[in-house]
Amino acid sequence: MFIHSFKKSILIALTFFIFSIIGAFAQSDEIKLADEIKLGLVLEPPHLDPTAGAAAAIDEIVYANVFEGLTRIDENGAVQPSLATSWTISDDNINYIFNLKSGVTFHDGSAFNADDVVYSFERAMGEDSVNAQKGIFSIIEEVRKIDPVTVAIQLKQPTGDFLFNIGRGDAVIVEKATAENNKTNPIGTGPYRFVKWDKGSRIILEATINYVGEPVAIKKATFVFISDPNTAIAAMLARDIDGFPIFPAPESMEVFKKDARFNVLIGTTEGETILATNNKKAPFDNILVRQAIAHTIDRKAIIDGAMFGYGTPIGSHFAPHNPHYIDKVNTYPHDLEKAKELLAKAGFPEGFKATIKLPPPSYARRGGQIIASQLREIGIDLELINIDWGQWLEDVFTNKDYDLTIVSHVEPFDIGIYANPDYYFQFDNKDFKAIMEQLDATTNDEGRRALSYYAQDFLARHAVNGYLFQLAKTGVYDAKLSGMWANAPVEGNDLTKMVWAK
Amino acid sequence: MVSFFLQRIFGFILTVFIASLVIFLLLDILPGNPARFILGINASEQSVNMLAEQMGLNQPIWQRFISWFLRLLVGDFGISHSQNISVFSLILERLQITLPLAIFAMVIAISIGLPIGIMAANRHGKISDSFLMMLAQTGVAIPNFWFGMLLVLLFSVTLGWLPTGGFTPWNENYLLSLKSLILPSIALALPQASILARVMRTALIDVSHADYIRTAQAKGLTKKQAIWRHGVQNAMLPVLTILGLQFAFLIAGTIIVENVFYLPGLGKLIFTAISERDLIIVRGALIVLVIGVTFIMLIIDLLYALIDPRLRLRGKQ
Amino acid sequence: MSNQRFFKKAYSHLSFRIGFIGSLIFALLALISIFWTPYDITQLDIANRFLPLSSQYLLGTDFFGRDMLSMLMSGALTSFIVAFIAVGIGLSIGVPLGLLAASYGGILEWLVLKGNDFLFAFPAIISAIIITTVFGPSAINAIIAIGIFNIPVFARVARGGALSIISHDYISAARLSGRSSFNIAFKHLLPNITSLLIVQASVQLSLGILAEAGLSYIGLGTQPPATSLGLMLKEAQSLFLLYPMLAILPGITIIAIVIFLNLLGDGLRDTLDPKLARQETLDAAS
Repeated sequence: MFIHSFKKSILIALTFFIFSIIGAFAQSDEIKLADEIKLGLVLEPPHLDPTAGAAAAIDEIVYANVFEGLTRIDENGAVQPSLATSWTISDDNINYIFNLKSGVTFHDGSAFNADDVVYSFERAMGEDSVNAQKGIFSIIEEVRKIDPVTVAIQLKQPTGDFLFNIGRGDAVIVEKATAENNKTNPIGTGPYRFVKWDKGSRIILEATINYVGEPVAIKKATFVFISDPNTAIAAMLARDIDGFPIFPAPESMEVFKKDARFNVLIGTTEGETILATNNKKAPFDNILVRQAIAHTIDRKAIIDGAMFGYGTPIGSHFAPHNPHYIDKVNTYPHDLEKAKELLAKAGFPEGFKATIKLPPPSYARRGGQIIASQLREIGIDLELINIDWGQWLEDVFTNKDYDLTIVSHVEPFDIGIYANPDYYFQFDNKDFKAIMEQLDATTNDEGRRALSYYAQDFLARHAVNGYLFQLAKTGVYDAKLSGMWANAPVEGNDLTKMVWAK
Repeated sequence: MVSFFLQRIFGFILTVFIASLVIFLLLDILPGNPARFILGINASEQSVNMLAEQMGLNQPIWQRFISWFLRLLVGDFGISHSQNISVFSLILERLQITLPLAIFAMVIAISIGLPIGIMAANRHGKISDSFLMMLAQTGVAIPNFWFGMLLVLLFSVTLGWLPTGGFTPWNENYLLSLKSLILPSIALALPQASILARVMRTALIDVSHADYIRTAQAKGLTKKQAIWRHGVQNAMLPVLTILGLQFAFLIAGTIIVENVFYLPGLGKLIFTAISERDLIIVRGALIVLVIGVTFIMLIIDLLYALIDPRLRLRGKQ
Repeated sequence: MSNQRFFKKAYSHLSFRIGFIGSLIFALLALISIFWTPYDITQLDIANRFLPLSSQYLLGTDFFGRDMLSMLMSGALTSFIVAFIAVGIGLSIGVPLGLLAASYGGILEWLVLKGNDFLFAFPAIISAIIITTVFGPSAINAIIAIGIFNIPVFARVARGGALSIISHDYISAARLSGRSSFNIAFKHLLPNITSLLIVQASVQLSLGILAEAGLSYIGLGTQPPATSLGLMLKEAQSLFLLYPMLAILPGITIIAIVIFLNLLGDGLRDTLDPKLARQETLDAAS
């Protein structure tokens, strides 16, 4: 009796199994329309409010799509009008008057006007603000509504990149009634409204009908979260997704390059990948040691080995695509003999031991192994310590408990961090601070250029950090798709110009 | 009999309590301030402290544990600070994928493993027996993430029959949801099926030597019939035990498989939550996993005792 | 039966023979790597990466220009060490617990059983997640995580095996003559379950290798610049479509080692008085 029920249960299980498989096949795939797109992202954002968190993943979904600021940054890093159609700047560079677009509505139907601008800025400037870029707002003296379509902002002092900074995701305009819930139900003025978030799986956006501005070609966008590089490769090849703006497996690019169905889009980012050095910890406080390291680093091997050839060598903390860039790569040319000489002069003829802490990205993990192998040639023996981001923030960034680390600084134009002696590099130089103060206050282009050159040269000569390469943006897309950003001057995936070829 | 059940259930509760204590304590020493993590490297000390206060990170440890555990008992797993929603609902959502996945995998493992084991036992000593066992050996030896990738390369990339991963919610299109679970379930089921086949075969072979089989034969049944009608029942006992043990491995396997197939399940949740230092989610999800595994073992234990009275007696020692 | 005769008898079983020789070959290759490998795997040579098989590099080079044969030898060594020490942990803690539980009975046994149930709820991955998040990922923490799960397994086998002999006359005789439970556990029970333990050890060894591979795959196991078979598999997987050998070689090595170890275990199990061994394992399973 037991046997019969046993046999039966196996039969039932098998039948269920077979039927479900047949049924699954019978159902055709989700029907995809020509104005829909599925993009892959590696990291899922913790929430969707770009004004309350620093995770790039947030901006990668909502920037320019769901939320807009007074200005916006275009693909080349230039400032463009957005919610502010035009502006005037006073002669003393302190007073800005912004003329706002009229007829704009938030996704919940309420009208957009100057009150929302004042609210958004005051919220970011407030005592209990959780904005990650308070620096953008701390130089603001006052934000004042002049009339429903005009806002005046007065700064405490002239600030060269003010217009650029308010075009970033941290300064988008939100609505008082809905701001608290933006983390889970973002309400903005952008051409796409948030539809839903299947946690751990995907986020869906759809084009709004009431958008005041250029109509968008893509009507529905799904962001799918794929963290495993192998799965990303499979998903692209199987056409389960249409594109991966930052493809996590540069090693496999050749597969896509050779395949006519795909388009590989390589561009630049604002990510200066550096061998960050603790300038207050021996022996790295000795400039001779830092110079020796600079002479030993072989950037090409690192770019090839860690990034499979994608990346541009840099000699200082500045992005090569920036118009004020100057090439400092050869400040310390590759010269092992010179390096050993310098080390001996510093008191380490036999080299020394140190540690290098590596966060998760492959530029760090792989890059770290390569650098360790290179430094061993001059006698520096590095112990590799793999840590995750939480630990990195705690140990390296907050407690400055490290010798060396590798990280990519993706904030645009962030050379100013070197003027802060408390920043984790612990570089304390009053001459450099003076340069930065001057740069912040200069608004004309020629002046800024000259100061930028000087700043880059300064950092390179002092070998404050090991300057490795500028992170490349490696995107893989369906060949029929166009309008994607090749570069990433700010974090974001601007869907507004994307379109399928007929 | 009743005291046996009560004993077991008390043991279950004790295990869960100790497990929750261990999980809470260990994760409390975790380096990394979740508030700073959420706000990023350029946020001010002020913002970070503000958020830390909001998140209640500054209370003494025993206070936090007690309040956490008490709320756990009433089903309140807390509010995730990074996502502003109840951890309980989050976990429930993810269970909608992990549970069907585990069950599906178990069903596949049983429906493939047991018949193969029986077949092999019937052909004991012949070439087909060795062949089937070699297959089972290989099945156990292949790492399941590798197998999963190979399945994807064949069925998704080359043949295009099945998706590479991802998941459509059940209420949207349940047939598509099933489709997304097929490859992951097979990847999970393979090692389980192989083990089940081997255990079934061994148990059946033993049983075939037993007295009551010979008695049945004496009564006129063929060896095969005797085994089918009387043997398999007894062979099920060790199989049942293994099933319980393997469940823990199955759950552990879902963590890896969910990663490979980007399924938004419980394992994936734990992973992401750890890297975001969202301890509330990690604790809640780990507890659920531990409860799940312990619960299954409790059920198996009780079932076993129902079938085999000897155990109930030994438990009373 | 003496060890020599036992070995000869085992050797007559085909599965044992294959398993033994196969495991031995890989174990030797792994051990040799402690002293010598064809190339130094810490020396990265980017310019020479992705080279095919040649007389210079017997199995080619990987994405860092490292010699694949040397990598496999070192990788196998790490995998073996991890699995071995984990088994060691299980044996050294689990067996005494199981034996004492069987010998003393009562509260001690109850405690051990409860502890077992508790540990069973933490499969290697879950322990690994907890341990590595607190203490950082490394091969050592992977060993601990895998070892933790081995404890209840060996405790169970030891207790089960002991329980089935405990009713024998010579045990009662020992008790009557005043021997303590502790003494009985280690002097009388232990020698008689050794063969059971060896069989279980070979099974747990192969499981340990697989567990290490799984942990390395999700980044919680061996960390670079060290290498293990699981880590090699993980790093080579995304290159599978371009340079498949980099993943196939470690993959096949894992499969082969696991199969050989399992065959070894099966052969050993068959060598013991088959009926007795089975009965003991069945009892152990309860």
